[in-house]
Amino acid sequence: MSNLQRVLESGKFAVTSELGPPRDADASVVIEKAKLLKGQSDAVNITDNQTAIVRMSSIAAAKLLIDEGLEPVVQMTCRDRNRLAMQADILGAAALGAKNLLCLTGDHQKFGDHPQAKGVWDLDSIQLLQMVKAMRDDKKLLGGQEMAVAPDLFIGAAENPFADPFELRARRLAKKVAAGAQFIQTQIVYNVPKFEKWMEEVRALGLDKKVYIMAGISPLKSAGMAKYMKNNVPGMDVPDEYIARMTAAKDEGREPKEEGIAIAVELIEKMKTIPGIAGVHVMAIEWEEAVPDIVKAAGLLPRPMG
Amino acid sequence: MIVGQRKPIDEIYAMIVANDVKKLLLGGCGTCVTISFAGGEKEVAELTAALELKATSDGWTLEITQLTPLRQCEPEYTREMADAVKAADAVLSLSCGVGVQTLAAEFPGKRVLPGVNTMMLGSHSPDRLFIEYCGACGDCILGETGGICPIVRCSKSMLNGPCGGSVNGKCEVSPDIGCGWQLIFDKLNELKLGATWDEVTTARDWRPSWHGGPRRLESK
Repeated sequence: MSNLQRVLESGKFAVTSELGPPRDADASVVIEKAKLLKGQSDAVNITDNQTAIVRMSSIAAAKLLIDEGLEPVVQMTCRDRNRLAMQADILGAAALGAKNLLCLTGDHQKFGDHPQAKGVWDLDSIQLLQMVKAMRDDKKLLGGQEMAVAPDLFIGAAENPFADPFELRARRLAKKVAAGAQFIQTQIVYNVPKFEKWMEEVRALGLDKKVYIMAGISPLKSAGMAKYMKNNVPGMDVPDEYIARMTAAKDEGREPKEEGIAIAVELIEKMKTIPGIAGVHVMAIEWEEAVPDIVKAAGLLPRPMG
Repeated sequence: MIVGQRKPIDEIYAMIVANDVKKLLLGGCGTCVTISFAGGEKEVAELTAALELKATSDGWTLEITQLTPLRQCEPEYTREMADAVKAADAVLSLSCGVGVQTLAAEFPGKRVLPGVNTMMLGSHSPDRLFIEYCGACGDCILGETGGICPIVRCSKSMLNGPCGGSVNGKCEVSPDIGCGWQLIFDKLNELKLGATWDEVTTARDWRPSWHGGPRRLESK
C-alpha cells in the first residue's frame, strides 16, 4: 500500500507536493528538488509534460525520487500516448516501485513547446481511470489479456471546481469516482467561497465518503503571476483580493513571495475546516523550495512517515 | 458538406511553374466546394483571371481552360472533362481531395494538382462561418450526445467531457471555439436528457475510424 493511501486512510490530514522534471536529461535537478521535498509531504506528484511542454519522463523522474527515499505520484495524461503505450508505462511504473498514479486528460498540445504535434486522445481521463482499475483489480489489460502480476496502484484523478458548467463539476467527480478514482487533487484553490459551494455539492452526492479530496494550493510569487493566472489560464479563478495583497506587499517594500506563502498558509488553514477535505496538494511551480516553509507554517509537520 | 479553402494564389502559381504547365485545365466542382466558396464556377473564373494576370506580368505563357462539372468525385461527371483534360498539360482541381484523386485515377498519365485545401465535413451559419461537424469516424454516437459530435467538437475528442478547461462555454484552446461538451450538455438538457450525461462512456473502439488504412464499403 502507498504511504499516501495509508495516511489518508488513517484519517490524518494528508499533504502532497509537486515536482516538475527538467527540460533536459539532468538527473541532478530532480535529485536536488527531491532533497528539498523529502519529509515535507506524504507523496510527491511528478508532472507529465505539464502544459504540453516536453520534460523528463514522469516515470523516470519518479524512479529517481524512489531512489532518494520519496514516494512519487506518477502523473499520466492522455495527450501523448495511446492505450498501448499507457498500459506499457503503467506496468513499467509499477515495476519500478511507483504506488500512486494520477490520471489526467492533459492540457492541449497547443499550449506547449510543440504545438505542431498530433494529440493522441485515444482515451480520456475517465477511461484511463477505468483502465487502471481493471488492470489492478481484474488483472486485465484493456484488450482482455490477463496478467499474472497486476500493478498495485493507488488511483487518483484531478477535478477543477472552477471550470464550467459549474453544475457538472461535482457530477463529473462522481463519474471519476465511479470509474475508479480513490483520491482527488483539485485545481488550485484561491476562490474559497466557490470551492466551498462545490464541496457542498460533493457532499450532497456523498462523494466525500467515497474518495479522498485534496485541495490544490499554490503560493503566488508576485502580483504579475496572480494576474497572469487570472487572465490567461483557463479555469483558474484568482480573486482580486489576492492580487491586491500581492501588489500591496510590493508597494510597501515587503517581499511579495512571503505574502504569497502567507496566503497559501491561510488557504490551507481554511481547507482544514471544510468538511470532506482530506488534505492539500501543494504545488509550488518551479519554486519547490517554498514547500517546506508552507507546510511548516501550516502546522503540517512532521509528516507521519509510512 | 465537404468544406474546402482555396490555396493561396502564390502557392498555386508556383505549382504551375514548377510543373512547367503552359496549357492548364482549371477544373471546378459544382457541389460541396461551390457552397464553401472555394471551387465553384465563380471561383474558377476568378482564379483564372488572377492566374492570367500573374502569368502575364511574369512573362509566363499560360493558356487556361475552365470547366466545372457537377461533381468531380464521380467518374460519371468527370468523363465529360475528357477532351479538355487531354488537351491540357495538367489539371488544377478546385475540388476536394476526393475530386483530385478521382481525376488522377480517371486520367492516367495526367498531372492533377490540388488548388484547394480540403478542411472538414461541416456546415455553416448565415455569416458564412463554416464549422466542422463530423469526423467521419465510422461509428456514429450522435444519438447519445444530443446531435453534437464530441469527437470533432471537443478539442480533445473526449467522450466524458467537459474537461477543466471549459470556461463560459468556450474551449481552453481558443475563445473562438465553443466547448463541445457545454453544447452537448445544453442540448441534452433541452431534450430533457440531462441525466444521461452522468453515464460513463467507456473506451472507444477506433477500428471503424481513421486508423486502419483506407476504409472500403461494398455497395450492395
